[in-house]
Amino acid sequence: MSKDEVILLDFWVSPFSIRAKIALAEKGVEFEAREEADLLNNKSELLLKSNPIHKKVPVLLHNGKAICESTVIVGYIDEAWPSPGLLPSCPYERSAARFWADYIDKKVYDAGFNIWKSKGEELKVVNKEFMEIVKVLEGVLGEKKFFGGDHFGFVDTILIPHTFWFYGYEQFGGFKVEDECPKFSAWMKRCMEKENVAKFIPDSTKVYEFLCAIKKVFGLE
Amino acid sequence: MEEVKLFGHWPSPFSYKVIWALKLKGIEYEYVHEDLWNKSALFLQYNPVHKKIPVLVHGGKPISESIVILEYIEETWPESHPLLPKNPYERSVARFWAKFADEKCIDNKVFFSVGEEELQKNVEESKKLLKIVEEQGLGETKFFGGNEVGLADLAFGAISHWLGVIEEIMGVKVLQSHTFPRLFAWAENFKQDPIIKGNLPHRDEMLVYLKYLREKVLAEQRPSLS
Repeated sequence: MSKDEVILLDFWVSPFSIRAKIALAEKGVEFEAREEADLLNNKSELLLKSNPIHKKVPVLLHNGKAICESTVIVGYIDEAWPSPGLLPSCPYERSAARFWADYIDKKVYDAGFNIWKSKGEELKVVNKEFMEIVKVLEGVLGEKKFFGGDHFGFVDTILIPHTFWFYGYEQFGGFKVEDECPKFSAWMKRCMEKENVAKFIPDSTKVYEFLCAIKKVFGLE
Repeated sequence: MEEVKLFGHWPSPFSYKVIWALKLKGIEYEYVHEDLWNKSALFLQYNPVHKKIPVLVHGGKPISESIVILEYIEETWPESHPLLPKNPYERSVARFWAKFADEKCIDNKVFFSVGEEELQKNVEESKKLLKIVEEQGLGETKFFGGNEVGLADLAFGAISHWLGVIEEIMGVKVLQSHTFPRLFAWAENFKQDPIIKGNLPHRDEMLVYLKYLREKVLAEQRPSLS
């Protein structure tokens, strides 16, 4: 049987790329992560050819076929390599997982982005909005070990990479997630102890430096 | 079979996506019209997070967000009229386009424009999005995934019927057969599918309702159609 060729067009700090890497690792799939050298100014030809519509990472290339959009990629990984399952087996629980993945997609990144670009009174407002989203998610987690229950699952995969930027948001915003959402914080720690998550965590200081550098580029200092 | 209820709002295309999926699969359900300007306590209990229609309730359990609902319907009733192919890659393509349709909401941009400048900007933006779908979404097949209506077709359903009414109200042309021949043909094929044809809001009634909604937009009430 010939071996699968699995390539991920990647960017080290992108939470969306990290989602795909964690999913592949959970499935025990060997893959090549190809880092975009200059994502902002000079996207690679392969990226532009593989994702002509959005021109964004991550892109999964599986035996030459391109899959785009990180949530779609994670769903694809779950179906192409079914074991162990990231989504639960019951349709209703699967719909709940998809609902929360969609919520995370719609809310978390933008709320964080708002902290990163705001100042003064506006910053207080966006800090509050961000923490409200984290509180909702903490409520969904409840007393469970992971969003997937006893096991790390689909929603955990979708959400945990965003938390690698939380240190940066906390620095900009002047707050700490742990103070207001201790259960959520505990979940973050549990996830980061997993080997398949730990190996993809970017250094939080480097993430913060990256966000500061981007702020300068966009004239948001 | 456990009871199936759909909380919707005429003539929201988001509601109709779910109606189409249920009808294509031959699933019996009870339709509950929700007043968007006076949402019921029961409805808010079923969708406390977004407070939006559609919400499907199956055996008392609520599912929200139209694409999530479509995936649920597909998984719960997989045998009749599959909405997704079996192959994981083809499924990912269908989901990519369903997500594109859901996020870009091409008909909405034009409808909620205020002022001539914003309208022209949104018409141009909508045409750019349609061009992407025309050139990269639709191949040579009748529908997005092949010869049968599927997930991506349902997700783009608003373009087939709602967009034309919106064009008339706003006095613009967005989807024209000479600029978007594939999409135009797709829209005609979609509306001719017997199930879709039998489950489209009446054009004249939509015109009246959307004109009324448009007046609300201009009075800066900015209501949402969900």
